[in-house]
Amino acid sequence: MLTLTINGKTMNVDAEEDTPLLWVIRDTVNLTGTKFGCGVAACGACTVHLNGEAVRSCSVPVSEAVGSNITTIEGISDGKLTAVQEAWISEQVPQCGYCQSGMIMAVSALLNENPKPSDEEIDQSITNICRCGSYPRIRKAIHKAVKLQGEA
Amino acid sequence: MAIMKLTRRKFLIAGGLVGGGLAVAYALGDSVPDNKALVSSAKQGEYPLNAWIKISKQGEITVAVSQAEMGQGIYTALCMLVAEELEVDLALVKPEPAPVHPVYANVVAIMDSLPFSDGHHNGEATAGAWAMKQVGGLLGVQATGGSTSVRNFWEPMQQAGATAREMLKQAAAINWNVRADECIAENGIIKLKNGSKSSTYGDLVEQAALLEAPQNIQLKSVNARKIIGKSQQRVDIPAKVTGKAEFGVDVVLPDMAYAAVKLSPVFGGTVTDWDENAIKTMPGFIKAVRFETGVAVIADSFWRAKKAVEALPVTFDSGTNVHLSSKSIFALFENNIESDDGRSYSDDGDAKAALLLASDVHTATYKAPFLAHACMEPMNCTAKVGDNDVEVWVPNQTSTLMSWIAEQTADVPAENVTIHNTFLGGGFGRRLETDYVVMAITIAKELKNRPVKLVWTRENDIQHDMYRPAALAKFSAAINESGMVSAWHNRVAGPSVTRSFVQRLIPAADTDMPDNTTSEGAADIPYQFENKLMEHFPSPTAIPVGYWRSVGHSYNAFFTESFMDELAWTAKKDPVEFRMAHLGEHDDFKNVLRKLAEVSNWGSPLPAGRGRGIALHESFGSIVGQVVEVTIGPNKELSVDKVTCVVDCGEVLNPDGLISQMESGIIFGLSAALFGEITIENGQVVEENFPDYDMVRLENCPEISVHLAPSGRPLGGAGEPATPPIAPALTNAIFAATKERIRELPLSKSEYSI
Ligand code: FES
Ligand code: FES
Repeated sequence: MLTLTINGKTMNVDAEEDTPLLWVIRDTVNLTGTKFGCGVAACGACTVHLNGEAVRSCSVPVSEAVGSNITTIEGISDGKLTAVQEAWISEQVPQCGYCQSGMIMAVSALLNENPKPSDEEIDQSITNICRCGSYPRIRKAIHKAVKLQGEA
Repeated sequence: MAIMKLTRRKFLIAGGLVGGGLAVAYALGDSVPDNKALVSSAKQGEYPLNAWIKISKQGEITVAVSQAEMGQGIYTALCMLVAEELEVDLALVKPEPAPVHPVYANVVAIMDSLPFSDGHHNGEATAGAWAMKQVGGLLGVQATGGSTSVRNFWEPMQQAGATAREMLKQAAAINWNVRADECIAENGIIKLKNGSKSSTYGDLVEQAALLEAPQNIQLKSVNARKIIGKSQQRVDIPAKVTGKAEFGVDVVLPDMAYAAVKLSPVFGGTVTDWDENAIKTMPGFIKAVRFETGVAVIADSFWRAKKAVEALPVTFDSGTNVHLSSKSIFALFENNIESDDGRSYSDDGDAKAALLLASDVHTATYKAPFLAHACMEPMNCTAKVGDNDVEVWVPNQTSTLMSWIAEQTADVPAENVTIHNTFLGGGFGRRLETDYVVMAITIAKELKNRPVKLVWTRENDIQHDMYRPAALAKFSAAINESGMVSAWHNRVAGPSVTRSFVQRLIPAADTDMPDNTTSEGAADIPYQFENKLMEHFPSPTAIPVGYWRSVGHSYNAFFTESFMDELAWTAKKDPVEFRMAHLGEHDDFKNVLRKLAEVSNWGSPLPAGRGRGIALHESFGSIVGQVVEVTIGPNKELSVDKVTCVVDCGEVLNPDGLISQMESGIIFGLSAALFGEITIENGQVVEENFPDYDMVRLENCPEISVHLAPSGRPLGGAGEPATPPIAPALTNAIFAATKERIRELPLSKSEYSI
């Protein structure tokens, strides 16, 4: 048994230590907002926060997450949407939507660390794949979220 | 000047139908189908008024959507059409997946709209038509593909909304003892014209549901529209920013087990031996399953299943395809293309004779690779097999087909099959296939009465796809003294998608027949040449091929629009003017081209190292023109700076939705042009996952501007037409910047780095 803290809740999970955090989140805890896309840290669909920092959970053994605050897409807002989520709606970003949990988690972590990123900084840090090609809207939405956060 | 032989309208429908694999249709008969199909899904207090609309006593309006939502915004589009006629705010209308029912797919309508008897391939029966008869006739088809959704549903959904509205009015009229035309519908309320009485839809629906559906209802005039034609927020988006949207892979059921597979790496290979005892003590192990092409492990979590199946010792017999390679496949194409077995899909004048007489013949050979779909959500399917029934949860583009295959695989009566569709994490044609459904049910049969969720890894997905066919094209053309193309001969060799698709479903089928997916985008180009011949040389291989966003257009547009550009430069003509000069009477194409030249600042000077390229292509009933601007560094560092896109798809339902589909199609095609290649070696796929099957990311995504140029032509598709022109527009831009002509995709092959 391992003890994890996910979205503020502490729980015991039955999993081998080398199980990727992704599968514990999805299959053991049934928080399915975090997605599986590649399993090799190449797409970002599985992005969650470990102590506020974006990680690709398919490539983090669950044992490494013990003792950290794990936040998933389900845990970033309590009732009220965050600026990033608001911006995602107002710019009509998602298409199929499958990559978007990971995108939103990656962008949320970026804006926490760097509230006004330049386009180059965005390019460097948001390397997730969106097969539907929502990138032009993602870029607009990031700038919009920066603005919304500034107003808040 | 030769005149385009085929009747355009019919051809367009064909492109759409065949392009998507199977047609989406519903017979637009004299009246809207009644509510029977929805009665069983109606909850307490909910009343179906026809096959599409349910209204609850609280006034909640539910629209049954038989189309899969895979990102194209179809839920929103169909709800908009209903809301418009029903006189309610879009926010009040909720989509719900329609049950599998023949009313949502009428084979007669599909067959009626087939164009196969008159043109494009000279009266022959085609594989497409054959497929439709066999598969469609057998099942009634309920599928999403070929950019057909809005086109097929536009009027029926409006009719459904209007019929419901009239029934509500009638119910009110009876209550108030007035004539129905004295009542008006407004914002979910029926009012008496003089304003003296009013009732909500919720109050009236129970009575309205008992009434006969009225016939011949007038739809709203274009001027009276409040929703259609205006950008609307998509109804599915809020759930997609909170992680709440449920995709197939997210299905969680009580007592559910998980399965992972290991499949024969070589196409056509089979399992000859295994040692299931070797893994029985692994954590979470439930059962190992052996089937013809691979093995599966069922465990209590996906990760445990995956680890166990990786550890499971298996011996495969590679079969006869072990020597197959991309090289041998292209050699086959080269060989076939020189044979006399070409099938002609368009033939004006006498191109061969004209080329023999011409003093200067320009020739070129083009190649396009196999491509994988790589939907963001890997293939998955959850199945629960009971004693005499099967229940399946699967994100898919064709529930009817899934239902049929489930019935066959589980060997249960048709009425004991239940299919649940979910949101699709991308489709692009991959989810018209049934392979992973067969696999899931085969595995779940071993664990009776317990749901099993089969999830493919990305490696499974990349290596066991039904690929966009590889193809080879050879062109010969002559240009006359006035700089016009006097003869054009285009030969294309490659496998046929429809044939491969149908053979997978009905292995005994003889499908050696014409297939429009091999010639679309090549036989039907808008340019008027005195002598024009387009032939296809069927070249089946053991690599399974399938419908991939824009199908044959995806490579034919690259071939034809690149070669057209070559001819323009050869004739020393501006590429826009050269195209314009060959467009004959096609005013709609000319409009798009003119607008594109204007909004892209075509002709304005660019600094050294930069270039601008153009492509113009029609597919699925929509004309799309694109201009790409590139910058090339001294060591072939390529930056795709900007894409300007002009689209004419007839009337526009949701402008912002259309724009997002254009952006999406462009980026999809750009990923393919820059990086996309599935390589075959030793009968198997070399690529495994995103690191070697890469995609455009934020960093290399160009600025995209989309302009709408509706001309009033018939309604066209949106999901696919932006994909075909991007590759030639890009390579034409590279030529403009460097004078290097790219004749083979992807660009990484020509040592460009991105
Ligand atoms: S699933 Fe983790 S990065 Fe792709
Ligand atoms: S929205 Fe479909 S993958 Fe990004």
